[in-house]
Amino acid sequence: MKQFDYVRPATVAEAVSAAAQPGAVYLAAGTNLLDLMKGGVSRPDRLVDVTHLHGLDQIETLADGSLRIGALVSNADLAHDANFAKSYPAVAEALLSGASAQLRNAATVGGNLLQRTRCAYFYDTASRCNKREPGSGCDARDGENRGHAVLGWSESCIATHPSDFCVPLVALDAVVEIEGRSGRREIALEELHRLPGQTPERESALEPGDLIVAVRLLAAARGFATHARYLKVRERTSYAFAVVSAAAALRIENGKIAEARLALGGVAAKPWRARAAEDVLRNVAPTADAFQEAAWRALTDAKPSGDNAFKIELARRIVVRALTLAAAGTPARIPALPASPFASTSGAIHA
Amino acid sequence: MPELNLTSAPAHLRHGSNIGQPLTRRDGVLKVTGRATYAADNHPPGMLFAVMAVASIARGRVTSLDVAAAKRHPGVVEVMTPDHKPKLAIDPEIKTNPFVFRMEVLQSHEVRYANQPIAVVIAETLEAATEGATLLAPRYDVQTALVGLDAGESYVPPVVGVGNPTENTHGDVEAGLAAAEKQIDATYETPPQYHNAMEPHAIVAHWNGDNLQIDMPTQGLMLSLGRIAELFGIAPDKIHIRSPFLGGGFGSKGLMSGPPTLGIMAAKLVGKPVKLVLRREQMYGPVGHRAPTRQRLRIGTDGEGRLTALDHHARTVSSTFDDFYEPAADASHTLYAAPAIRTSHDAVRVNTGTPLFMRAPGEATGSIALESAIDEMAWACGIDPLAFRLKNYAEVEPMTGRPFSSKALRACYDQGAARFGWAKRSLQPRQMRDDAGLLVGWGMGTATFPALMFQAEARAVLRRDGSGAMEIGAHDMGQGAWTALAQIAADAVGLDIDRVDFKAGTSDLPDAGIAGGSAHTATAGAAIHSAGAAVIAKLADLATNDERSPLFGAGNAGVIARDGRLIRRDDESRSESYAEILARAGVAEVEARGTGAPNPAAMEEYAMHAHGAVFAEVKVDPELGQVRVSRMVGAFAAGRIVNPHLVKSQLFGGMIWGMSFALHEEAVTDRRSGRIMNANLGEYHIPVNADVPPLDVITVEEHDPHVNALGIKGVGEIGITGSAGAVANAVWHATGVRVRRFPIKIEELLTQR
Repeated sequence: MKQFDYVRPATVAEAVSAAAQPGAVYLAAGTNLLDLMKGGVSRPDRLVDVTHLHGLDQIETLADGSLRIGALVSNADLAHDANFAKSYPAVAEALLSGASAQLRNAATVGGNLLQRTRCAYFYDTASRCNKREPGSGCDARDGENRGHAVLGWSESCIATHPSDFCVPLVALDAVVEIEGRSGRREIALEELHRLPGQTPERESALEPGDLIVAVRLLAAARGFATHARYLKVRERTSYAFAVVSAAAALRIENGKIAEARLALGGVAAKPWRARAAEDVLRNVAPTADAFQEAAWRALTDAKPSGDNAFKIELARRIVVRALTLAAAGTPARIPALPASPFASTSGAIHA
Repeated sequence: MPELNLTSAPAHLRHGSNIGQPLTRRDGVLKVTGRATYAADNHPPGMLFAVMAVASIARGRVTSLDVAAAKRHPGVVEVMTPDHKPKLAIDPEIKTNPFVFRMEVLQSHEVRYANQPIAVVIAETLEAATEGATLLAPRYDVQTALVGLDAGESYVPPVVGVGNPTENTHGDVEAGLAAAEKQIDATYETPPQYHNAMEPHAIVAHWNGDNLQIDMPTQGLMLSLGRIAELFGIAPDKIHIRSPFLGGGFGSKGLMSGPPTLGIMAAKLVGKPVKLVLRREQMYGPVGHRAPTRQRLRIGTDGEGRLTALDHHARTVSSTFDDFYEPAADASHTLYAAPAIRTSHDAVRVNTGTPLFMRAPGEATGSIALESAIDEMAWACGIDPLAFRLKNYAEVEPMTGRPFSSKALRACYDQGAARFGWAKRSLQPRQMRDDAGLLVGWGMGTATFPALMFQAEARAVLRRDGSGAMEIGAHDMGQGAWTALAQIAADAVGLDIDRVDFKAGTSDLPDAGIAGGSAHTATAGAAIHSAGAAVIAKLADLATNDERSPLFGAGNAGVIARDGRLIRRDDESRSESYAEILARAGVAEVEARGTGAPNPAAMEEYAMHAHGAVFAEVKVDPELGQVRVSRMVGAFAAGRIVNPHLVKSQLFGGMIWGMSFALHEEAVTDRRSGRIMNANLGEYHIPVNADVPPLDVITVEEHDPHVNALGIKGVGEIGITGSAGAVANAVWHATGVRVRRFPIKIEELLTQR
């Protein structure tokens, strides 16, 4: 392994300054970064370990009713926080459908947001990858790409963002708090991840040194709690990334959808908010026809980037199903197989 | 000699027999407490770490390696390359016997497949060696890689598997097809798969003058020892290999491969002990894999649903430099009674590491195609798949006409179907749904695997303190040899298992043969059985020839060995303990050797196979195409069951592997570069616990007087066969979609709504 410096700053300010230098990266749980380093995909000069910073591992309800989740809260701790799970059940379901129990115990909220794509060509240092080596080309474009993007991709990059957690977060207008060289700022999660365009190496809106310190879910997002689901189709029941996933949340008043939220995972370089689909669901009854219409709207701009046309049809079907499940109501308990099409199967063993 | 003994003794003693008892594995506590020493756990003083640099291209030449840069890295001690390496005693390209495969040990700059070792960096730490390997920054002269089942002109290999004829014909297949009332003609594809033992290949090699100490997981101690002796030009008795535990092998640790050889070379180069452990992705190349296949099955039936012909052709691949051919079509030799059967193979050469035996080689790939095709044929005839199989039940081995040494397959069908509830199955597909609206399908497959025997030797000892020892260089890959073979040993010498010092897993013990072909328990067990009989005979001689013994003169009547005593066969009141006999004779111990080997006469006369029937239920989301197996029942007849507990675990493992074959496993090869794009356990999918449904295994009673002295057929591989096809057939029954390319993928099931 390449030799690197390891620093453990005492404060956020020290961390930001230590990480602002070229070649420095933050280390939280390392569930993604360490694999990348072992594979030679990422070769940082300096790791800035933020796991000992104080105050970043709290889940707190703010005065305005929003929930502030520290960047170092683990996926498992967050998912099992009763108040959080009750208020934002689709987010909890997404968290529990991700990775494996062991990884969820380690992985952090901040790290999850910044995990890298699972494109095999990004991981394979012998392949050309514009994300890994800007300008080198994209071997995925004509390669083994049945899992790649169908929305928002470019000739430079067809990779997808693999997070489950981010999908319902983006649907619920989550806000990201960032500490940077010029102080604290916040942006909508939807603005955090970038589509590839000509610069797929620039994956997020973060600047050198920027540290995500918290994610905030607004009080208004609690309004969807009774009709919110996450659905994830994958190639095995646990420890697999989504082929396609969707988060659907509805606010139903008097038998009509007052407001709908919909986002897709596994289809683009960012968690994909489907606003056009949300629009057609406003003030209509939650019917199969309405959901079909929403599904078509959500995928209007989709096009295959390779052997993956099936993902477009699959995504439509997942949207319909996720909306149907959301309309049926959030279950009292998160299913034993969270987000799985088999969630309702009795006798299922926990994933 | 079982006997009823109503004492408070443990169950395995109460019946006077260790064989047949469900003992838990004797090495279990060691393993779960981390005290079982696997090869890579050894750290001799002064040990250095070796890391392989492997080719990132599949075909071409290495034109440069930046050795200087690697050597400059702190901690790097040496860099071994084709230009700087210890000389081997023989060219590793020379195949000195059929079990020798060519290996890449830095003999040239040529690259024949991706992940081929091209250099070894030796350093004081693993991290330094790893970075040194990166700093080599190899450059290549790249040639276009040969990839896939259509990579080039096909040819007919001289043999498939281990010396099987490439083509077999019985009767007139074309006439049978022409005369058929109904026919199917279907082509199936199976992907490349990798063994992926949990423990990666590893070696700790330590030269002491020309003595060589090796810690290395191996399924074949003596084969490995012989190969090392030949490669390094030293006498076999200078080499000592320890392999007490393997974290799985599945065929990939059977024969000496390149990477451990490089570890020995590295230790020689630096004159210090060296450890070399493969990274997971490095296991996708130099240590074998299951080759992909494309199989065409043409089957005909008469108006009654009886087979008129079965034609099974398999296309596979081998490497550009060596020969191993997955004998997929041979799966059609034994199961169904067709008057005409033809099996044939052809192959193309691709830039891959040479394929190898992988758990149920030929049977696994061939079985999923054959069982799918039989299912398709049954449907074409409008007959229930089980009824169809019974209608075409082979009373003798169809290809040869030989009787079976034993065959309880009908009982497997009956018991498995009853347990599963098969009788309630709808003939038509896509008829069943569960309460949640998921499609439900039921499928079945027949399991089969040959009952093989290799050669082995064992040494038995009886000591004056009343204890015994049994020595055999057997291999525990996780299957439970430490327990099952010790059970046989205990019965062989008539002692309680705790009184027998059972030694295995090192090369200084008698040769146990290879742990493969589902034959290890049978082969090693037969040697143990005969060594035990021989040592008891020696002991009996001491007693029956001594007038001071109560057994004096019992030579003709004979004695029985039980619970540490010899007992006169015709008068159980006359007996004497082993300790008394040895004490009086004034000897510390008696010892004897025994062998186990196939019986050629019996093999000529009988077809010897284990059988089984697997029933699977799957659920499929009708819109989203995701599949989940919801239950499986497997009924297997495999002769004598030495330890039902371990056997059940073996069969569970096989059934899960079969399910994995049908639904998950596939090495994704880039069609341009020939590189495996998912060479890690995150992306090379095998089932996780949450994928595995309740499994039900029935071991069907079967007594086989012909296979070997103990009547053991072996259970290591059969669990995969039948299971893969059962799951695939259940997916069809659930959806009405027949997927012929494995693993079955979501997109294949999205076509219908």
